[in-house]
Amino acid sequence: MTPAVLQRLAATLPPGRLLARPEQLVAYESDGLTAFRARPSAVVIPETADEVIALVRFCHAERLPFVARGSGTSLSGGSLPVEGGIVIALNRLNRILKLDPAQRIAVVEPGVVNLDVTQAAAVYGLHYAPDPSSQSICTIGGNVAFNSGGAHCLKYGMTSNHVLGLKAVLATGEVVEWGGPSRETVGPDWCGLFTGNEGLFGIALEITLQLLPRAECFHTVLAGYRTLEQAGDAVSAVIASGLLPGAIEIMDALALEAAVAAVHAEYPPGCEAVLIVELEGPREVVAADRERLDRIIAGSQPVETRPARDAEERVAIWKGRKSAFSAVGRLSPDFIVQDGVVPRCRLGEALRRIGELGKTSGLRVANVFHAGDGNLHPLILFDGREPGALARAEALAGAILKMCVEMGGSITGEHGVGVEKRDYLATMFSAEEIDCMRRLRSAFDPLGIANPGKMFPTSEAPALQQHGLHSLEKAGVISRE
Amino acid sequence: MNTVLAPATLKELAEAVRSTPRLLAVGAGTKPRLSTVEAVRLSTAGLRGIREYDPSEFTFTAAAGTPLREIAAALAERGQYLPFDPMLAAAGATLGGTIAAGLSGPGRFRFGGLRDFILGVRFVDGMGRLLRMGGKVVKNAAGFDLPKFFVGSLGRFGVLAEITLKVFPRPPSALTVLLNADTLEAAARILTETANSRFEFDALDVAPGESGVLARLAGPAAALEAIACEIFARWPGEVVPENAAESTWADLCEFHWAEAAAALVKVALSPVAVVPLGQAVRSIEGARLHFSAGGNFAFVALSSPAQVGQLDEHLRRLGLCGVTLRGDASLWLGPRARPVIAQAVKQALDPVNRFPSLDD
Repeated sequence: MTPAVLQRLAATLPPGRLLARPEQLVAYESDGLTAFRARPSAVVIPETADEVIALVRFCHAERLPFVARGSGTSLSGGSLPVEGGIVIALNRLNRILKLDPAQRIAVVEPGVVNLDVTQAAAVYGLHYAPDPSSQSICTIGGNVAFNSGGAHCLKYGMTSNHVLGLKAVLATGEVVEWGGPSRETVGPDWCGLFTGNEGLFGIALEITLQLLPRAECFHTVLAGYRTLEQAGDAVSAVIASGLLPGAIEIMDALALEAAVAAVHAEYPPGCEAVLIVELEGPREVVAADRERLDRIIAGSQPVETRPARDAEERVAIWKGRKSAFSAVGRLSPDFIVQDGVVPRCRLGEALRRIGELGKTSGLRVANVFHAGDGNLHPLILFDGREPGALARAEALAGAILKMCVEMGGSITGEHGVGVEKRDYLATMFSAEEIDCMRRLRSAFDPLGIANPGKMFPTSEAPALQQHGLHSLEKAGVISRE
Repeated sequence: MNTVLAPATLKELAEAVRSTPRLLAVGAGTKPRLSTVEAVRLSTAGLRGIREYDPSEFTFTAAAGTPLREIAAALAERGQYLPFDPMLAAAGATLGGTIAAGLSGPGRFRFGGLRDFILGVRFVDGMGRLLRMGGKVVKNAAGFDLPKFFVGSLGRFGVLAEITLKVFPRPPSALTVLLNADTLEAAARILTETANSRFEFDALDVAPGESGVLARLAGPAAALEAIACEIFARWPGEVVPENAAESTWADLCEFHWAEAAAALVKVALSPVAVVPLGQAVRSIEGARLHFSAGGNFAFVALSSPAQVGQLDEHLRRLGLCGVTLRGDASLWLGPRARPVIAQAVKQALDPVNRFPSLDD
């Protein structure tokens, strides 16, 4: 960016809302995928939707690349800046514009934090269902851009299943409004197409979210197993029974070790795997389903079963689970979080192969996953100071993703393609299919200025420099969840 | 207009698209207004059958021309179902036609509609390329979510060839109750209160000609009976006997309440629009109205083009959008924006306008 462009950019905003000094830009150099860093030319901090629109139109007129950013928790490098471009930081667009219990909706700005929606809705007995592990800091704008998931996707779906309406500024500067308070649409589902665009179409300015009544009652069971396979078999048995749990999660021995170290979670001793199953609903329904679930679990040869006896014990179970990613940082100086999906019936086989692949590359792999969805999160442990270790870890991650596709699954269940998996898009889609996606991208962004370098393989992406764990993460100040 | 192409394989489908300058796919024709447009017909009847179904995955893949009832029967054998109550299944509606129409039924209240269950598609774009978008597993975030975009897009952006949907285990039992309401206002209030209650209703409708709220619960039988008692303490009403309940829901899903010759319009709304829309339709003589999914959509039956015009005016005033499924009426009712991006996306998927546009 030339000084003249920077000056014109600064003139579009009130003073103090453009950061361009190196020490100001450092904080925006990377996101949840800390191995990559890039320094933008400037960071702008709009406070209103109109300011965002003006900024995008400015970028369009100047052919200036822009990256929208919320809290920067993307695990796929989705908000990695573009050198020579700008970052549009949306954190100050953090107003809940409307909370309407009669229509069970919330209308929010993109910088609103995920958990804040649920907290605001709680007075009406409502909640916002998608719950990524980073929900206490990640923003709805980022959730929409990357179609974020969470632990409750089997029953409630991902972010896109909860976005009813959108006002957005497209990369062309056009402002569109799609959908609204209704759960149904007439005509093509534009909100569905926009959600998960990875920032390549434009920036959501107002998002209408559906709220659901908070479940009255929960029954959360933690069961320990001698082997991962037994835990996997228990999942199959639960699924085959016709129950529809709100969440089914598994952690393996290494992940358990990490959770114990980080949050002093307690697990049954001598277990290679822990299964968490949660039922939810009206108390009468949970009471009836609970009997069936308890019978199934009892028949699955657990070492020990620990049902949560109260809300506090339930919170403790989830705390151990949700802290697992960052907890692995206690076991290893560096790690990569992966996010692949396999058909549920091949989970056992997938875990075996991940174990073998890990052995071959001499790296430890911890597994934490949404077993009900077949959504794996292998955490690949390595020491970045060791020459070649990062390259081996990346190669292992790639081998795992390829395995997921070969098994009929996906390279990403909920973190998105971003920078991290852009070279694997072609393992899942043909050249013609990627061409179709590129044509769509060009329809929304003919100049290719909106979050360039994400999702698509090669060419438009600049070479990236890899770094190790973020220094704050190494110090235990920040964490990835 | 009379030419009908009938490919029997995916290869033939792609060839048919490539060799025809202007065409539109049709299924069983149960929503004829959606395909009333000048174009060669491409029947999906030859593209039929469930391609993959593994109950333990909660997913199946079927060809676009597969009748819904065939799918429902296969799922039922394994204790599973499509929770959104696909409409017109008994009338022969196909999976592809239902997706193109974007038509979900009363059951969409609990777990969402078609858009929430679609996972992946194979389709032929305007350049005649057979493409796959989305995935075959219950969770996937790779690439743009074109499968959702096809829901409600009336075949104007591509021809659906195969579709992968998520399914759920069917709850062991269901219980339908009719909650008393003398007026539309009372029914609207009950719709909101029940929707926000702890009971997790499966469906919440107001049937044509009724003012009471038809509510369905689903789950373990013992639990439902206990819940029903508490429901009646708060909203007086009665249990609808099982057989009567089944036929009531089936009648609603098949539009048996609307005359065959009537114009049938789907309107998207939110619960606060139930009363205004109800009053508007009441002012049109002979018009009938079914509110579904807690007041999130409605179907209106009208007997003359003049009445459709009246409804259109009301929808514009109320800011509600409608689409005509059958009968003599314009395709779109109510306000309609035409953003530049809509044309650009059409160009991206169908650069030579092989398929009619949404405005044709």
